[in-house]
Amino acid sequence: MSTATATGVRRGSGVRSWVDTHLAGYLLVSPYFVVFAIFGLFPIGFTFWVSLHDWSLLGEHTWVGPDNYTALFADPYFWNALVNTFGIFVVATVPQLLLALMIAQLLNRRLRARTFWRMGVLLPNVTSVAAVGIIFTLIFARDFGLANWLLGMVGIDPIGWQDHKWSSWLAISVMVDWRWTGYNALIFLAALQTVPQELYEAAEVDGASSRRQFWLITVPMLRPTIVFCTLISTIGGIQLFTEPLLFNSGANAISGGTTRQFQTLTMYLTEKAFTGQAFGYAATIAWVMFLIIALLGAINVLLLRLVRSA
Amino acid sequence: MTDIQNPQAVVPVLTGSAPPASGPLAPVKVRRRRSPRQRSWSTMPTLLVITLVSAFPLYFMLVMASRPNDEISALPPPLTPGDQLDDNIRRVLASADVMFEQAVINSFIVSITATVCVVLSSCMAGFAFAKLRFKGRQGLMLAVIVTMMIPIQLGMVPLYMLMTRLGLAGTLPSVILPFIVSGFGVFFMRQFVVQTVPDEMLDAARLDGCSTWQVFWHIVLPVLRPAAAVLAVLTFMERWNDFMWPYLVLDIEHPTVQVALSRLSGGYYTDQALVMAGTLLGVVPLLVMFVVLGRQIVGGIMQGGMKS
Repeated sequence: MSTATATGVRRGSGVRSWVDTHLAGYLLVSPYFVVFAIFGLFPIGFTFWVSLHDWSLLGEHTWVGPDNYTALFADPYFWNALVNTFGIFVVATVPQLLLALMIAQLLNRRLRARTFWRMGVLLPNVTSVAAVGIIFTLIFARDFGLANWLLGMVGIDPIGWQDHKWSSWLAISVMVDWRWTGYNALIFLAALQTVPQELYEAAEVDGASSRRQFWLITVPMLRPTIVFCTLISTIGGIQLFTEPLLFNSGANAISGGTTRQFQTLTMYLTEKAFTGQAFGYAATIAWVMFLIIALLGAINVLLLRLVRSA
Repeated sequence: MTDIQNPQAVVPVLTGSAPPASGPLAPVKVRRRRSPRQRSWSTMPTLLVITLVSAFPLYFMLVMASRPNDEISALPPPLTPGDQLDDNIRRVLASADVMFEQAVINSFIVSITATVCVVLSSCMAGFAFAKLRFKGRQGLMLAVIVTMMIPIQLGMVPLYMLMTRLGLAGTLPSVILPFIVSGFGVFFMRQFVVQTVPDEMLDAARLDGCSTWQVFWHIVLPVLRPAAAVLAVLTFMERWNDFMWPYLVLDIEHPTVQVALSRLSGGYYTDQALVMAGTLLGVVPLLVMFVVLGRQIVGGIMQGGMKS
């Protein structure tokens, strides 16, 4: 091959050469698009079609038009799951992103053993979400859990973490934040490294404290990244499933507590699809979630453009 | 589950501004000398506390995995490892209804198959998007980026129907097939090709008469090895840890590790020592990987990691 001259190995067949110059690009990208179309795009689109039917597990279906949607908007369990999902999302995400920013700022300082600290904050993210759910459920156990034992030392009575909305939301948020804060810190760190160091030096000369530097330089400079991380956390947060599922044990784990105090949208969707075998109704929940995510995504992109042009 | 995670690189595409100058794997290095005054006494202690908080739940898992059940449900909770680890692990592997050993094998099959496919398809598409001219290239690349943000889990109802129709529901292919390509992977590899493969190299190969595929296979692919390795590790971890779809679609006979764990812990009466030992077994392969390849994983995530 290497000794062949340019003319010597010219492809003999004109067809092959035509294919090579005109189609090679499409052929190389086609595996991605074909597989994504079948297993990604088609299911999402078909979800809408299914949502317009009464659809059983066996595939029998009758057209019901918008009836599933009318039923959904009158369904208190749906609203309950929506409130839970967004409640947990807010409780988890706000402190998570703030904490991640602060950790990123720490990691951006001159440090010995930089890789070690970065690995340290990333460690929880390597742990599977199922493991996180299981470990923290034990930590938040009512009678012999570590959390209640620590609270007991400062005189607080044991909390049944699963029993109330506020406590279950808090416990689930802790799980989410433990797994994701360090990860987001690394994303912020990557962005921080593009911030001109002179800004900090100038602020230092002007006598700005590191807290002021955080609010006056770090946060404004990282605005696009922050908006973006919020978007990603939103997409992930709306689909929250594993942590609340494993937080509840027993046969009815999918209902998220005795009074559904921590059932999320994805859990309700799954309950309808696989326990209730109401595929049409489940698809309606999925499609509404998809619209919510699309809407929030659009808002975020708009916000991003605004932030960029500012 | 979206797999986009690279604000630095994706933001410009969405907002239509110029792509970032930094190369893949580059920002991990410190670019500027930081002012020594920024070194404050509190940095190290704070980072130490953060690292301890990061590590503690895993340590706690080890403690609980090495204790008998009566010590797990005791107050105060034990905080040092006991001597029952062997015993608990043996009981996990012996518990017939969970098939833990099979689950570990299944997880390896699923993760490795998906990883090989993702890396290969991403290298191919990444190369095409970076170096080949074809109509609609930019539009298609934008489509890749948009698809990265689509939460495809929400299509689970039709996906389940599809798998049933194909006769795959319940079996391993049903959790492999939807994940044999990755928009993030395409994006990640494209960035790397743009920055590391010079046009001259490709032109020279073409003059020698190589077809596009030969150029890709013999010239480009070897150059992509470092980035492909990072993508492979990130993909493997994501597939190993995946929970929701496998939990929904796999049947009792074909569990992955994560699904087996949820079964271990799901009963009314739970044998905590057993659950913790199982959890430990499920986490260990990734921890080993993390310790060996931590630097690359950190670099990959700072380039645009993955999120599930």
